[in-house]
Amino acid sequence: MERTASGVTVTGAKRRAAVRRELTAWSFVVPALVGLIIFVYGPLVYSLFISFTSWDLLTPARWTGLSNYARAFRDDTFIRCMSNTVFFVISIVPSGIVLAMAMAIALNRRGRGTGFFRAAFYMPSITSTVAVGLVWLWIFNPDKGVINSLLKLVGVRGLPQWLESVIWAKPALSLMRVWQVSGYYMIMYLTGLQNIPKELYEAAEIDGATWWQQIRHITVPLLSNITVFATIMLTIESFNLFEAIYVMTEGRPGGSTNTILYYIYTQAFERYRMGYASAMAWMLFAILFVITIIQFRARNKREEAGY
Amino acid sequence: MKRARSVGAIVLYAVLLAMTVVMIYPFVWSLTASFKTVQQIYNGNPLDLIPNPFTFANYRRVLTLLPFGRFLANSLLLSTVGPAVSIIVASLAAYAFARLQFRGRDTVFMLLLGVMMLPGHVTLIPRYALMRVFGWINSYKALIIPSIFGASLVFKIFFMRQSFLAIPKELEEAALIDGCSQYGVWWHIMMPNSKPALATLAIIGFKTEWNSFLWPNVVINDFMKMPIQVGLTYLQSNAQSSWDLLMAGATIAIVPVIVIFICFQRYFMAGALTSGLGGR
Repeated sequence: MERTASGVTVTGAKRRAAVRRELTAWSFVVPALVGLIIFVYGPLVYSLFISFTSWDLLTPARWTGLSNYARAFRDDTFIRCMSNTVFFVISIVPSGIVLAMAMAIALNRRGRGTGFFRAAFYMPSITSTVAVGLVWLWIFNPDKGVINSLLKLVGVRGLPQWLESVIWAKPALSLMRVWQVSGYYMIMYLTGLQNIPKELYEAAEIDGATWWQQIRHITVPLLSNITVFATIMLTIESFNLFEAIYVMTEGRPGGSTNTILYYIYTQAFERYRMGYASAMAWMLFAILFVITIIQFRARNKREEAGY
Repeated sequence: MKRARSVGAIVLYAVLLAMTVVMIYPFVWSLTASFKTVQQIYNGNPLDLIPNPFTFANYRRVLTLLPFGRFLANSLLLSTVGPAVSIIVASLAAYAFARLQFRGRDTVFMLLLGVMMLPGHVTLIPRYALMRVFGWINSYKALIIPSIFGASLVFKIFFMRQSFLAIPKELEEAALIDGCSQYGVWWHIMMPNSKPALATLAIIGFKTEWNSFLWPNVVINDFMKMPIQVGLTYLQSNAQSSWDLLMAGATIAIVPVIVIFICFQRYFMAGALTSGLGGR
């Protein structure tokens, strides 16, 4: 700040005051910044470095270049985990989003019990996955669990073995996750719904639009911003599926529920392959980054198209 | 027309009630099962929700098997101290971004934005390595301090900045003229006028830390320092398929958050309403 706006060189006292103002401002930011440098930016750079090495925590890291990344492509377990994770994402994201939107539309009114229903639907999303995972472990119990008891009651034969079956374990976990997360996104949709002008519906009603037409041509398009945002968040969340796996299946049966993050965890903290685990973490990050960009792009395109 | 409407309303209520049963059933089941005998749990009737006989034995056995009281205390410590410090640090930075001019402000702001997009798993391993270097493994420091700084801190900065921006400038200008320092303005004017935002962050922070598992599981394996979620997985491996004990443990881990939720519902909702990113 050599000069003031008028172009006159400032006096020493004024300059000192300006410096002090700058320092005061920085002093507000420094605690956050230093913490983030130590616990986020530093580790981020370090993590990239580790991913190019072979390191077991005990002996010094050995530089191995890109071999960790190359290894992932040859590692059948990694590829298996990748396809399992993609299954989870594809099954959880659309159903979670549709359910959340439907619940929000149903509860976007001032009626008796609305508050109660909202609270009830929201509740699963605030409770820990570890604890509800244990409860769902029982719910899916093939002999005594709730689901099979009910199926038995209505006379279904050849009951699914749920978490013990290669076929049913993944859908079972997806079901539990949809149950757990959709209430959170419902609340997001509720805000969106409150921003839609009532006049639009009144006009549509006068034009004789049915309820379904109103949903399709007013509600859903006007919620598209929230849908994009919710989709991105739920996609990231589903790619990072970990706790449910840790508590409910540990990747079983036969690796059919092993996810990338669970595999990273076991490689790092059970096998002490820090380099390989870091490389996979970066690959997962790269995937999430690309997907996020694509989803944002898709939204922008649609906006240009006039939605 | 009117009749069609009321039929529609009845159908809607029926669907909503059915959904409510699905959403709440797991909680009801785990709560009631925690007071049942193991024989009753295994009777295979999912609608048998009333403990008969009613027993506290499951809780007593859980408490003798593992130090659950200690787990609860540790979780309480983690989910109050961590968010409290984090909120203070965040609101300091938020004040600078909302009101103060300084060189490099926009650069720093962009740098922070980047963290918000960063999934935590990328830094998990180096953070763990850092804890070993610091000698913090199995200490409260490892449990709490890294939880203060992360994507959630940046979320809190944005959240507080929004709240500060809504406060009329006249208030602080008057205070500055009266000789109040910038720190004084932050503490005496900005913070008291942002109570709803602070409450929202405190509630979300409590929930997030109470439920956090991956990080505590990695840095803590000492029962005396262990938070409840990690303790619960130890119960799982010790009690295998003793569902009476597991349901008592799960209930202990779930109930505090639900009680907080029922008391402070609107702050929970506010948190989810205002953006969400990192707000879980």
